[in-house]
Amino acid sequence: MSAIEFERPSFKLEDLWTDRRWRGIGIQVIAIGALFAFLAYIVNNTINNLHLLGIETGYGFLSEPSNYDINQHLIEYSSRSTHARAALVGILNTLLIAVTGVFAATLIGFAAGVLRLSRNWLISRIMYIYVEVTRNVPVLLQILFWHALVVHSLPRPKQALEPLPGTFLSNRGFVIPSFEFNEGSWVILAAFVVAIIVAIAFARHARKVQDATGKIYPVISINLAIIVGLPILAHFAAGQPVGLEWPALKGFNFRGGLVVTPEFLALWFALSVYTAAFIAEIVRAGIQAVSHGQTEAAYALGLRPNWTMRLIILPQALRVIIPPLISEYLNLTKNSSLAIAVGYMDIVATIGGISLNQTGRALESMSIVLSLYLLFSLLISSVMNWYNKRVALVER
Amino acid sequence: MKVTKVLLTAAAVSTLATAAMAGTLDDVRAKGFVQCGVSTGVAGFAFTDDQGNWQGFDPAVCQAVGAAIFGDKSKVKYTPTTGKTRFEALKSGEIDMLARNTTWTYSRDVDLKLTFVGVNYYDGQGFMVPKALGVKSAKELDGASVCIQTGTTTELNLADFFRSNKMSYEPVPIETNAEARTNYLAGRCDVYTTDASGLAATRATFENPGDHVILPEIISKEPLGPLVRHGDDQWGDLVRWSLNVLIIAEELGVTSENVEKLAKGSDNPEINRMLGAEGNYGAMLGLSKDWAVNVIKAGGNYGQIFERYIGPKTPIGLERGLNAQWTDGGILYSPPFR
Repeated sequence: MSAIEFERPSFKLEDLWTDRRWRGIGIQVIAIGALFAFLAYIVNNTINNLHLLGIETGYGFLSEPSNYDINQHLIEYSSRSTHARAALVGILNTLLIAVTGVFAATLIGFAAGVLRLSRNWLISRIMYIYVEVTRNVPVLLQILFWHALVVHSLPRPKQALEPLPGTFLSNRGFVIPSFEFNEGSWVILAAFVVAIIVAIAFARHARKVQDATGKIYPVISINLAIIVGLPILAHFAAGQPVGLEWPALKGFNFRGGLVVTPEFLALWFALSVYTAAFIAEIVRAGIQAVSHGQTEAAYALGLRPNWTMRLIILPQALRVIIPPLISEYLNLTKNSSLAIAVGYMDIVATIGGISLNQTGRALESMSIVLSLYLLFSLLISSVMNWYNKRVALVER
Repeated sequence: MKVTKVLLTAAAVSTLATAAMAGTLDDVRAKGFVQCGVSTGVAGFAFTDDQGNWQGFDPAVCQAVGAAIFGDKSKVKYTPTTGKTRFEALKSGEIDMLARNTTWTYSRDVDLKLTFVGVNYYDGQGFMVPKALGVKSAKELDGASVCIQTGTTTELNLADFFRSNKMSYEPVPIETNAEARTNYLAGRCDVYTTDASGLAATRATFENPGDHVILPEIISKEPLGPLVRHGDDQWGDLVRWSLNVLIIAEELGVTSENVEKLAKGSDNPEINRMLGAEGNYGAMLGLSKDWAVNVIKAGGNYGQIFERYIGPKTPIGLERGLNAQWTDGGILYSPPFR
C-alpha cells in the first residue's frame, strides 16, 4: 500500500496558537523555560544570600582532616583522615547495610511469601501475622526497638554469652573470630576464581548433556562442592596460610575478631524484616497470578511439585514480582538513612552529619549525600530493570 | 498563573530572609518576644518546669534579654535545639539568639560567622565512669567504649586525647543528652564524656548518683556562652551587655531584692550608671533607662542565678571554681559599665 502524500504547509507565525501541534510544542517549550528560570532563580538566590551572610561555599573542606573517629570503618580510617575519606567510610557502611539488607530481605520475603500460601493452617496464619504486624509499624520504631532490645537485654561484655566457642554476644554487639590472611593467601583467592570458572563450565556442559540425552546431573550440589571445596583444598595444599583470629575479653571490650555492633544489628535486622514483609506480599501476589492450570499441566507431565515450582510457576511469577521488587530494594536502601536514629555511621551520619556540623558546610555536604543516594537508586534500578527484561515475557 | 504565584512566594520568602539579617531588635519588638535557642534538656542548665516553662542557667540569659527589651522576663519563646541543629537555626533567623552550653571556638566564631557575646560558664571536658569499673584516671581508658554527643567540640577533643595518649576506643555517637544517659546506664558504653558541668548535671538525675565518678582529668577548655549571628552589632551588644549586667551586678552587690532601692540612687557611680540614675546609657542600646534594673529583677544577678539552678545547694552541686568573680579568685570578669 502506498502512503498518501501530504503537502507540508510552510510554518507561519500564527500557527503557534492556531495549529494544535505547534501550540502543543510551544506550551512545552514555555513550561520547560519557566522551570529552568525558576531553578536558576533559586540557585542564584541561595548563592546571593550566602554571599550576603559572608559564608564561603566550596568543596575545599573535603581534603582537610576530619578530626573525628568512626567506630565502624571497612577501610583504614583515623581522625587524621580527610572528610572525603570519612564520606567514603560512610558510603561503604551504607552499601554494607543495603547489600546485606537486600540479601536477607529477599530470602525472608520469598520464604514468607511461599509459606503464606501453605496449606498448613498454622504456618500460613503465622506468616499472615508476621506480615501484618511488621508492615504496619513504622520502621523507625522497629529499629529503635531492636536497638533497645540488644542494648538493654543482652549482658555486658564481662558476662557475655558464648553460644559457640570463640563467639560472644553482649550489649556491645556480636563478636566472631575473623580470618587472618597471612603470606600465600592469594592461592586461595586464585582457587576460588578457578572454582567459579569450572562451575560455570560444568553447568554449561550439564545443560548440553541434558539437551542431547535427557540425562540430568545434580548441578547445584556439585557446583557448591566445587566452589567451597577447591579453596579449602588450596588452603591445606599451600600450608594453611589463612588463620583465625580469636576474640578475647581484654579490659573494657573484646579485642580481635570481627565485631558486629548493636547499631548494625538493629538496623540490618529491622530493615530486612520490614522490607521482607512487603516482599512476601509481592511474592504471594506473583505466585497467585500464575494460572492454576499451569500446575495441573505440569503434574500431568509428571513433574515433581518442587520442580513445578522452580521450572513452571516461579519463572512466570517473576514477571509479576520483579517490577515491585525493584521499588522494595530502593526503599530499603533509602530507609537505611534512618541509621542516624541509632548512631550507625552511614553517609548521613558522617558527611551529612558530623562533617557538616564541624565545618558548617551544610549545602555542600547535603548535596553530596543527595547525589549519592540518587546514584545508588539509579544503579539499583538499572540493574534490576536489566534483569526484568531478561525474565520478561518475550512476545512474538 | 500558578508559576507566577510560586515565583512571588519564593521572592517574598527570600526578601524576608534577607531582612532578618539586620535590625534584629526592631524585628523582636515587632513580634513581641525574643526567640531563644536552648538545649533539648540538661538538668539545671535548661529544663522545663512542672508548668512546661523553660528554666535553668541558660534560659536565664534569654530571660535577661527579654527583660532588657520588654521589661518582662516572660517575653521569651524557646526553641529546643540539638548539637547539630543549633547553628543552622541561628544562621537561618529561626532564633534570635542561642543560649545553649555552646563552646566558643575560633572556627565557630570566624568561619561559621557567629558572634559569641561572652562566657556565662567556664567549663572543661571530663569523663564519667561507673565506680564499679575501678578506673581512677582517664589514662586508664584504653579500649573503652565512649558515649559522645555528635556535632560537639567534645567529639574532636576526645579523638585528640586518645590519639595523643596512644590509646584506642570505640566512639558511640549519640544525638541528645537524654539518649546518652540511657545508653550509658544500659552499659552500651563504659564512659560518658561531655563538659564537666553537663556530667554533674546528668549524674544528678541518676537513681544512684554515688555509683558514678567523674574522673579528675579535664581535657579541654570549654568556655560556654550565648551567641548571635554576624551582621547585627547592635543586637550583639544588647545580648553581651545583658549578660555583663548580670556579672557586674554580682560584683557590685546588686541583687534582685535591693535593685529597686539602689535604682533610686546610691553612692557608687557605676551602680548609678548601670541602673539609670545617672546618664542615659539605656538609650545607647535603644532601650529604656531602667533596662538593667529589669534585667536584674528578672532572675537576680549572676551569683543568684548560679545558686538557684546549679550551685552547691542544688542536686547538680557545682562549685563556683573558675566561675567565681575575679575578686574571689575566679576568672569571671566583665568590662566596666562606663
